[in-house]
Amino acid sequence: MPVESSAAGITPWRAARRRMLRHQGFLIGVALLLAIAAMALAAPWLAPHDPYAQDLANRLVPPAWDAKGSWEHVFGTDHLGRDYLSRLMYGARISLLVGLGAASIGCVIGVTLGVAAGYFGGRIDQVVSYLLTCQLALPGLLLAMSLVFLIGPSVAVVIGIIGVLHWTYFLVVTRTVTMQIRELDYVTAARALGATRWQVISHEVLPNLANQIIVIFTLEVGVAIIAEASLSFLGVGVPAPNPSWGLLIAEGKNSMFFRPWLVVVPGLFLFALVIAINLMGDGLRDVTAPENRN
Amino acid sequence: MLRYALKRGLMAVLVAITVSVATFFLLDSAGDPAVAIAGPDAPRETIEQVRRQYGFDRPWPVRYTEWAAGVARGDLGQSFLRRQPVAELIATYAPVTIKLAFSALLVTILIAVPLGVAAALKPNSGVDRLALSAAVAAQALPSFWLGLVLIVVFAVTFPIFPVSGDDTWKHFVLPALVLGTTSVPAVMRLTRTGLLDVMASDYIRTARAKGFMGLQLILRHALRNALLPVVGVLAVQLGHKLGGSVITESVFALNGLGRLSLEAIVGSDIPTLQMLVFVFALTFVALTFLVDVLNAWLDPRIRLG
Repeated sequence: MPVESSAAGITPWRAARRRMLRHQGFLIGVALLLAIAAMALAAPWLAPHDPYAQDLANRLVPPAWDAKGSWEHVFGTDHLGRDYLSRLMYGARISLLVGLGAASIGCVIGVTLGVAAGYFGGRIDQVVSYLLTCQLALPGLLLAMSLVFLIGPSVAVVIGIIGVLHWTYFLVVTRTVTMQIRELDYVTAARALGATRWQVISHEVLPNLANQIIVIFTLEVGVAIIAEASLSFLGVGVPAPNPSWGLLIAEGKNSMFFRPWLVVVPGLFLFALVIAINLMGDGLRDVTAPENRN
Repeated sequence: MLRYALKRGLMAVLVAITVSVATFFLLDSAGDPAVAIAGPDAPRETIEQVRRQYGFDRPWPVRYTEWAAGVARGDLGQSFLRRQPVAELIATYAPVTIKLAFSALLVTILIAVPLGVAAALKPNSGVDRLALSAAVAAQALPSFWLGLVLIVVFAVTFPIFPVSGDDTWKHFVLPALVLGTTSVPAVMRLTRTGLLDVMASDYIRTARAKGFMGLQLILRHALRNALLPVVGVLAVQLGHKLGGSVITESVFALNGLGRLSLEAIVGSDIPTLQMLVFVFALTFVALTFLVDVLNAWLDPRIRLG
């Protein structure tokens, strides 16, 4: 933060907030994300129908904008007569749950390894860097599919496996930044005052990593959401009858030539959610650490 | 130079071995091959019999050593599902995936590099903003969905390209477009930043002073240096495409290694799966090794630093 802003009584947080409110992409992302999150949280009250209730007499009803559609089912019904809008609303819960859960697991693994490697250096750094090289060599999607399917597909397993396989980005950034922080004067000062390693890491290093971690966390939520949808689409992720968006697209695929909305609509929801998260992440990076742009 | 290459090569071999141990352990603890062979409804005695017959009752390090010894001899194992040597299966299915991966890489280069150059020529202009927005959008696009939308568009509205199968080059256009798009954001951004850095350097200022301008300056002086890191990323992306084509192959019904992988997963065909994961990892390790050596050869600072 430049000196003149603090001299004018503006705290770094206030300056960042002011930049946030001027950052168009960030604002669009946050607004869109809040709308989808609200839809997910309030699904039990907002959804017009039970997302699991089958109605075989009303299968594949077209959406409201179709001549044969009705406002009873805004996005029509699926191949088992379940209300598509209600399933889409509940599906947002799965996406957000998997995104947040998997990114949290990846964050804990990646930050722990990254801080350890960056702070202690030497042998520890060599071991962690070797782990990173090995992880990067693995075909992630294929391994995730295999493990989820072999263990037994469920939301919890999908979260665990995607999380365990997505920590490299956290590691790379926290390792580099910790190395830089370690050499700074305030860390030397803390050490001189007798702070233990753990105190230095928790009081000096981690707070100064927070901005970067938040940005990566946001972007990794988006990555995990796409990974879940891909696994579920291929039939090796969240199992039916859960209304995962990837699963909805897989089910709609069979009749997509005649009823393209069954594929297009859940895909647009997925696209909107991930682009909202990415816009927010990119915006956060511009606002908190503008020097890391590009 | 030779010392650097040898050091890197040793590291690559070590990584390949570690990765094969890790996948063997993971796949072994996640699934039960005896159940897969006997069938999920088989009585317990049958499963136990299969377990003993195939030797699954022995500890995994023993079986890993056997597996590794087999691979070293050139015996890649037998598929439970197809009752066929895994080596034969991989040889049959690999050509489609290789064709797909390289055509996807071509798509990435053709879209990402010109877009990155155009963006870097006028930073913060309309073109630059458009390119960056396109990258954000492409990153949020689930590739399986993009594939399905393209199929609907090209099967119904504009029937130019076939929507499934792998007989002619036309069959590869849409899949390559889908698989290629996934790498566009990363490569485009890197081209853009690389070129921006180079354009700010002293030798470009000198070239400008000597009267070089516009496209000539970019093509003859700037792009060569800016593209060095891009080549490295392209190699990594090629590795990702070879190992990550499962979605594209599934959407477009291409009979490649991705299709084979999905079949092996759903059929709990662990020998085939283990070998496929290993082959993909090995390809990736080999590609990154080549890039490291190439970069060191081109840039003495790397091998001496």
